[in-house]
Amino acid sequence: MPDEKKKTPLLDELEKGPWPSFVKDIKAAAETQPMAEDLLGQLELSYKDKISHWKHGGIVGVMGYGGGVIGRYSDVPEQFPNVSHFHTMRVNMPSGWFYTSDVLRKICDIWEKHGSGLFNFHGSTGDIILLGTKTDELEPTFSELTHLGFDLGGSGSVMRTPSACVGKARCEWACYDTMGMCNEITHTYQDELHRPPFPYKFKFKFSGCPNDCVASIARADLSIIGTWKDDIQQDDAAVAQYAADGVDIQKDVCDHCPTKCMSWDGKQLKINNRECVRCMHCINVLPKALRPGKEKGATVLIGAKAPILQGAQLSSVLIPFVPADEILDTLKELVSRIWDFWGEYGNNRERVGELIQRMGMATFLDAIGLDPVPEMVSAPRDNPYIFFRKEDEVPEPEEGAGEPKQK
Amino acid sequence: MATQTERLTDIGPPDFHQFLHPLIKKNYGQWKYHETLAPGVLCHVAESGDRIYTVRCGWPRLVSLHRVRFIAELADKYCGGYLRFTSRNNVEFLLDNPENIEPLKKDLAAAGFPVGGTNNSISNIVHTQGWVHCHSSATDASGIVKSVMDVLCDRFTHENLPAKLRIALACCLNMCGAVHCSDIAILGIHRRPPRVMHDTLNKVCEIPNVIASCPTGAIRSATYEGKPSVEVIEEQCMFCANCYTVCPAMPLNDPENDGLSIWVGGKVSNARSEPRFSKLAIPFIPNNPPRWPEVVDAVVNIVDVYARNARKYERVGEWIDRIGWPRFFELTGIPFTRYHIDDFRYAGLTFARSTHIRF
Ligand code: SF4
Ligand code: SF4
Ligand code: SF4
Ligand code: SF4
Repeated sequence: MPDEKKKTPLLDELEKGPWPSFVKDIKAAAETQPMAEDLLGQLELSYKDKISHWKHGGIVGVMGYGGGVIGRYSDVPEQFPNVSHFHTMRVNMPSGWFYTSDVLRKICDIWEKHGSGLFNFHGSTGDIILLGTKTDELEPTFSELTHLGFDLGGSGSVMRTPSACVGKARCEWACYDTMGMCNEITHTYQDELHRPPFPYKFKFKFSGCPNDCVASIARADLSIIGTWKDDIQQDDAAVAQYAADGVDIQKDVCDHCPTKCMSWDGKQLKINNRECVRCMHCINVLPKALRPGKEKGATVLIGAKAPILQGAQLSSVLIPFVPADEILDTLKELVSRIWDFWGEYGNNRERVGELIQRMGMATFLDAIGLDPVPEMVSAPRDNPYIFFRKEDEVPEPEEGAGEPKQK
Repeated sequence: MATQTERLTDIGPPDFHQFLHPLIKKNYGQWKYHETLAPGVLCHVAESGDRIYTVRCGWPRLVSLHRVRFIAELADKYCGGYLRFTSRNNVEFLLDNPENIEPLKKDLAAAGFPVGGTNNSISNIVHTQGWVHCHSSATDASGIVKSVMDVLCDRFTHENLPAKLRIALACCLNMCGAVHCSDIAILGIHRRPPRVMHDTLNKVCEIPNVIASCPTGAIRSATYEGKPSVEVIEEQCMFCANCYTVCPAMPLNDPENDGLSIWVGGKVSNARSEPRFSKLAIPFIPNNPPRWPEVVDAVVNIVDVYARNARKYERVGEWIDRIGWPRFFELTGIPFTRYHIDDFRYAGLTFARSTHIRF
């Protein structure tokens, strides 16, 4: 029978080919970890049956936390007893996903002792995923992790683990310190991360420039995307060098500028910075010659989400520009107001972007005390169905107030 | 110092500074420009003149501790133990000595790690859990990703596309990976309404919550053999599985009706055109494990047609902007069906409202 269990003809097919194989990894882990062996068996069964063999999650976790562990139970536990429970722990990664070999090895040692020996590096939100262990192992694993300096990430209706692009650590385009900001925000809101206070999840993602390497605009309830306010820094000698080296400045750079605010006469590149929308194209193509301006900061956008429930949304502009050294205070002030409003009016499982759709952006701005600015829209409304407020209405003259003044 | 028995909570993630290469610490925020030395090999130059070299390789998102220990060993051997991961499941070794680049690449090649994923290549596919660890998955994730990347591996190790190309996979509409803004998105979908488990529903779920969970109002209360339960108005169901997320007694999974859909032309970067959603290319492909050949062929076909036809710097969506959707369907040979025309909320936004038609 044990031999029978080891036969995985379908998964074996996935050991072939040039791309590194996760099946090889599960097999390698299975050498020492019985959970990995049964995971392999159950996955083979899924490949045969074309269906998941996991039951709907259950509530498990570590003491005092309302998230960070995804409960998982097999629907074929008799066949694969070692994964009868197979809970995943989300471990909050360091900002920018930087590690030393030493700390990675220590994480491996913990997981070899307490779990399946399998990981996701990393999960979709950015956490290190410790893939599968038994209920009894959760507390001991948590204890060892915290003593190594790691904590759990978020799951459920919490502030989810924030993430950041590499930013100032290794990117010349970072307009603010994404990793520092991510670390700071994560530490500030540990309670919101570990104990579900919200109607649904809330995500922060920090990108250092409009290239948006962490997909902040597509995925974060609050997207903080670096930008600059003054002129693109331009090194004419370096532009000329690119041209001499064969870059077609007109075709490769100017022609792709979305606002056509650049011109090239064969010698001099001119940028009309008032019309530049900070798209990054020219800077991406000519990194030695062009750089973001010196007056750096970020645009704050709100409301992105995947389709569940009412349809997908991209984030939209909330604050066009916050100077780099004011971002942290601005965010703290802003989220406390956003979370208050959402906590009061949000329905169960309603993301903040959906709440704004339902109640109207103007109502939302009133509630959080922000003035409307034209940068918030791609165009003003084109329908005349305007909800004028009562206080904007000219009241009927009061009884006995006399005739309206005549000229 | 905390003792091993003291219970620590809410300590948050470790401070990243302790994991930074000394050169990165020294030049933090002082980078001047970067160059690509080869696919997967970058050199960042600081104002100080210091140079940090990055070697990027792809790996499966699902890894064993053996593989993690192996890259830790390589990092020790070549770069003082300093490494990082990208948002797309790539590993980056951070080197101060350029002479270590080639030996590192050799070791990586010998161990089967492809080096690349930079600039105009296909970077690693971001993906979700699938049958490995999720109950609501309409398909597996790791297996399809492996099968697609096996065929597209050369496009990872070479920068020979018109622009960068980002592929993502999510195994259900929950889209843990938020794949909806990718050049090519592979999305698991269900196609049959939830089977209501009348015996248990009342015991395991709050009926009002189940009814409220449905975005289309397709669930209403019902009585089944005297017990309170719910029923689904099947014509109103678009298989989002939201009810199943809220209530285990509403499973949708089905071997023959679950499968994949393919979406194209999304992007998150603001470069040139604005960020945008991916649009439907193929509404349904059945599950065909272990290698999903139909999905692989569909993705490779779109990549090849794009590579042949797009101009330099055009992302997939920007290429389609220029040539138009009719030509996209013609060039790829993908049939256009009734399912391609939106009929959900704001559907009209994607109708063609002009006579701008390319013939
Ligand atoms: S988002 Fe911008 S600053 Fe951040 S890593 Fe990407 S290119 Fe660099
Ligand atoms: S950043 Fe974009 S909009 Fe601005 S000048 Fe460059 S290409 Fe044009
Ligand atoms: S996308 Fe859906 S099926 Fe896949 S891991 Fe996320 S919730 Fe599970
Ligand atoms: S799958 Fe979605 S649309 Fe269908 S009944 Fe459930 S919640 Fe409603």
